Amino acid sequence: MTDAAWIDAALTSARPQAVGALLRYFRNLDTAEEAFQNACLRALKSWPQNGPPRDPAAWLIMVGRNVAIDDIRRSKKQEALPEDEAISDLDDAEEQLAERLDGSHYRDDILRLLFICCHPDLPATQQIALALRIVSGLTVKQIARAFLVSEAAMEQRITRAKARVADADVPFETPGAVERSERLTSVAAMIYLIFNEGYSASGDTAEIRAPLCEEAIRLARLLLRLFQSEPEIMGLTALLLIQHARAAARFDADGAVILLDDQDRSKWNKSLIAEGLALIDKAMRHRRSGPYQVQAAIAALHARAEKPEDTDWTQIDLLYGALEIMQPSPVVTLNRAVAVSKVKGPQAGLDMIEPLAPRLSNYFHFFGVRGAFLMQLGRNDEARTAFDRAIALANTSAEAAHIRMHLDRLQRDSQPRGKKAGK
Amino acid sequence: MLYAILCYHDEDTVGSWTKEQDAAVMKKLAVVQDKLTKQGRLGPVARLLPTTSAATLRKDDPPLVLDGPYAETKEQLLGFYLVDCKNLDEALDVARDLGAANPGGAYEIRPVGQFVPGSVQP
Repeated sequence: MTDAAWIDAALTSARPQAVGALLRYFRNLDTAEEAFQNACLRALKSWPQNGPPRDPAAWLIMVGRNVAIDDIRRSKKQEALPEDEAISDLDDAEEQLAERLDGSHYRDDILRLLFICCHPDLPATQQIALALRIVSGLTVKQIARAFLVSEAAMEQRITRAKARVADADVPFETPGAVERSERLTSVAAMIYLIFNEGYSASGDTAEIRAPLCEEAIRLARLLLRLFQSEPEIMGLTALLLIQHARAAARFDADGAVILLDDQDRSKWNKSLIAEGLALIDKAMRHRRSGPYQVQAAIAALHARAEKPEDTDWTQIDLLYGALEIMQPSPVVTLNRAVAVSKVKGPQAGLDMIEPLAPRLSNYFHFFGVRGAFLMQLGRNDEARTAFDRAIALANTSAEAAHIRMHLDRLQRDSQPRGKKAGK
Repeated sequence: MLYAILCYHDEDTVGSWTKEQDAAVMKKLAVVQDKLTKQGRLGPVARLLPTTSAATLRKDDPPLVLDGPYAETKEQLLGFYLVDCKNLDEALDVARDLGAANPGGAYEIRPVGQFVPGSVQP
């Protein structure tokens, strides 16, 4: 590996810890980030000559802090200096070491950094952008590309988010157990959002947006290393791993969606699935269920099935039932209905989704599923109506193309009560 | 004499490699491995999944299962097993049986990501 490549990987992996610690010293996101950037520049000069330090994060924290303190002293800005204790010269190596080994600091620094990014004052799009910029260290250009917006627009989004966070009250004292768990919950939700941004891409943008999925997985693993015994974080990580494992099989060459049942399962990434299954196994032992674990367990049942017909739909139905209790939503019920239809037939599925019609009257998937049930029941005219509505509501060309395929099939075997179209 | 070569690296850094970088490293390693294979000197090679997928069984009485990798610096790695198990519970059962035969210390239970069986005989 070239110098630049390994240094880049080392800087990326040290970033959350280093920026988090610098933020604790300077209590200002911009100062912390600038200090880290300066430390990185020095690393690029010094590491190729001297080799990597034993602990890159500690090196970056120390250098970043010293450079920033010099800058603050030199600058004649009317900026208040951080408290004395934050900049008192504690440069002897032992002090550094003692601090580094204090795991609680390390955890809370990273958690605080992530938590600042998902500040409740920020809209979700800004939260994600800020986290990718500050914690993951992606460039504005990379983030803009993944979000399919211009660089200028993304720059503005991040600047706004930073300004908002700067004005907000961010607690710096060590959080109590309750606060910590609240923060963890918000951070998990944000990581899930980042993943979904990438996962909900259409076929023609999946490649561009895949880095969002990979970044979310990296953050989830990081969080899990900090909170090793949190079953919901295990569940979240497992869910992302198993979903992402299917990336290579989800779209055809034209970018059209390939449904789970039709995917080439040999293209699923076995290593990611194995990791996801191991995590779900671990989480289950805690007997403290939660929505991420349930969703991961559903994904795991799909992943364990070598062929679509091996899928344990009865178990999936039960798990969706559990999810309905934890997080009631018409979309969850819609998903459950698909499982029910596999176990008890299309009529049972249809009965389950009828009550959802008023709430999902603008939801593409509702009409896609409804059309499929009607088609399986041989009620082709009604199926056609549902599919037409789905096409009108499609969010991407791939979604529309997929429904057109159903319509073509209806066209082909338009004998009433014809063959059941196997979905 | 068979030697075990145990791989240590900063997981964060390895996890930050791009897919291409990772593949390039594996390719270079494969060259070294192939040479040993041709000489009939290579035994099993395993790349483990991340430590976040690990559980640890402390061989106390009763045995205690903890999440995460083994993190006790006072004890040393003295050996390892590779066992085919359906899931974590099955692996823990094996570890408990081994623990009953040899109390004290701990076993880290970690899924294997990639495995090359090798063919060497001591």
